[in-house]
Amino acid sequence: MNDRAPPPVKAVFNESGIEVKPLYTAADVEASGGLAMLGEPGEYPFTRGIHCLMYRKQPWTMRQYAGFGNPRETNQRFKYLIANGQTGLNVALDLPTQIGLDSDDPLAEGEVGRVGMSIDTLRDFEIAFDGIDLNRITVSLTINGAAAILIAMYLAMAEKRGYDLKQLRGTAQNDILKEFIGRGTWIFPVQPSIKLVGDTIEYCARHAPKYSPVSVCGYHIRESGANPAQEMAWAFCIAKAYADEVIGRGLPIDEFAGRLSYNFNIFGNIFEQVAKFRAGRSLWAKIMKEQYHAREPGSMWLRMIAGGGGGGLTFEQPEVNIVRGAYYALISALSGAQTMALCSYDEAYTIPTEYSARISLRTMQLLIEEMGLTETVDPLGGSFYVETMTNELRAKMEEIMGETDAQGGIVKLVSEGVIQSRVSAQAYQMQRDIESGAFRKVGVNCYRNEREDEHPVEFHAYNEEDAKRQVDGLNQVRAERDAGQVRTALARVRADAQAGRNVMPALVAAVKAYASVGEMTKELVAIYGRYREPVRF
Amino acid sequence: MTQEKHIRVLLAKPGLDGHDQGAKVVVRAMMDAGFEVIYTGLRQTPEQVARIALEEDVDVIALSSLAGSHVPFCRKLKPLLEANGLTDKLWMIGGNLPAQDHAALRELGFKGIFPTGSRLDAITAYVRENAP
Repeated sequence: MNDRAPPPVKAVFNESGIEVKPLYTAADVEASGGLAMLGEPGEYPFTRGIHCLMYRKQPWTMRQYAGFGNPRETNQRFKYLIANGQTGLNVALDLPTQIGLDSDDPLAEGEVGRVGMSIDTLRDFEIAFDGIDLNRITVSLTINGAAAILIAMYLAMAEKRGYDLKQLRGTAQNDILKEFIGRGTWIFPVQPSIKLVGDTIEYCARHAPKYSPVSVCGYHIRESGANPAQEMAWAFCIAKAYADEVIGRGLPIDEFAGRLSYNFNIFGNIFEQVAKFRAGRSLWAKIMKEQYHAREPGSMWLRMIAGGGGGGLTFEQPEVNIVRGAYYALISALSGAQTMALCSYDEAYTIPTEYSARISLRTMQLLIEEMGLTETVDPLGGSFYVETMTNELRAKMEEIMGETDAQGGIVKLVSEGVIQSRVSAQAYQMQRDIESGAFRKVGVNCYRNEREDEHPVEFHAYNEEDAKRQVDGLNQVRAERDAGQVRTALARVRADAQAGRNVMPALVAAVKAYASVGEMTKELVAIYGRYREPVRF
Repeated sequence: MTQEKHIRVLLAKPGLDGHDQGAKVVVRAMMDAGFEVIYTGLRQTPEQVARIALEEDVDVIALSSLAGSHVPFCRKLKPLLEANGLTDKLWMIGGNLPAQDHAALRELGFKGIFPTGSRLDAITAYVRENAP
């Protein structure tokens, strides 16, 4: 027996504030709560995965974020990605579309088609998805402020093309509370914004029950400065706010909870990240079962896209981001995500090129085809370290959720700018830590290159002509559509908003009459007003 | 010892870009550096930026742009700042600014250019040295 004390080591904490020990044993697992919340894959509380066979049955969906310029160009990029083995689409929309402006709005000048494709009317959706089988390729719309309108447009397009809405799958991001925290594509004030999310959930539950109308995003909260435990805890608080809105309308939890999904980030410490997802799966299941009395297992599933990782990528030495991306994809695969997307290495600079998007796709395909990530469910399960960290992170998330509720709840804290201020203070501290070298970033505060221009990034060129063509297309639709029908449809949108009714049926009718995103948004703004950002430091 | 000059900074988020993490970090760095900072929040038009700069009588007009529309925005802002007699103020811009655009921004009067990856201390030192 060696009676010498181990040499002292400096305490290390992960980003969530939990101390990381040099060694974990069975005693640590016991001390953190044991394996009571472990269970089997596919069984409550789903720590090890929501399905019993996970990737053995079907690998994750690969869904790179793509879209730029006009719908015709985006349609070509979609087809390129599908031809290269991508199994889902993740649609990037330009900023005017995201905040409900038409391409000819003076505020949209210089922004049309710049960071995503522009959508004005149903005609644009018809072009963007032309030749793509919506039963084979599931489509995720990255839309929030204008989500009700774009969901209405997607359903209308699918219906026109003869798809059965009862069988139609797909996802909209539609998480407005996180837009107030970070990302910023809000339109309406907080309360009517939540009401609109409720409208989409309620409408889809009745008319398109396999469509996922909301993907709650811890992702952007993390990008704004939250740590991994806060990312997940606040996402759950937000999901509960939407669930409460819908339950308040009399819809039973099991009729919609199964279609709620999540979007989480994957950069950071590998073990903390994997434990975060495992902890989150069991905590969400517990919340649904114990607080919402859900009975269907599907209502308790934490279905998620785990991807991106933009916050971990660096402007310096961009090619090293390819390697970072590979580790992030590994995290996602070890975590049991349903869908994966990766930021491309040039994403700190520009819209990814076909080349960089293909590297991201190949990174995910490597894990499936060469690295054995699909063969065994929850491969890190049973590790003393990962099980202990899973228990500790679950406790941390519950603590954060409890504090949030005690301070008045997520809706109040977001409305007052409290969460925004907290994450921005943390982002500031992180930036200071990176600049001082306390938080290490390769290529940024250590291992810098003398010459940073060795591998120049190819920039995506913005084409002013495309914007003009988009406006011309909009004008053509305006000239061809039945103006009387549009007027009637828009009046109904306003009347239904005024009366507090679910606006989705009116929006679907307006979309079918080829009313534009900007026109429908104006009707809703007339009733709901516009959000005013609380600025608080 | 000379007394530190009092510096008022307007930090604006131009256009429709919603990325404000960086802008808010810079606001905090400037406040810690002892400057008085007026942060506009998101979605400012060129007209709004010029008006607030005039009304608040700031020494520094700073923009944070991440979504690529910096050159067209600055092209619209420049004549408005000139018309309001704000040419003696320090104009600066930070964010996702490709090197190929720096000359155009400088020509438009934005002398301080701080692309992603700039150090906070470099930004605050630049303001202290160059604010009128």
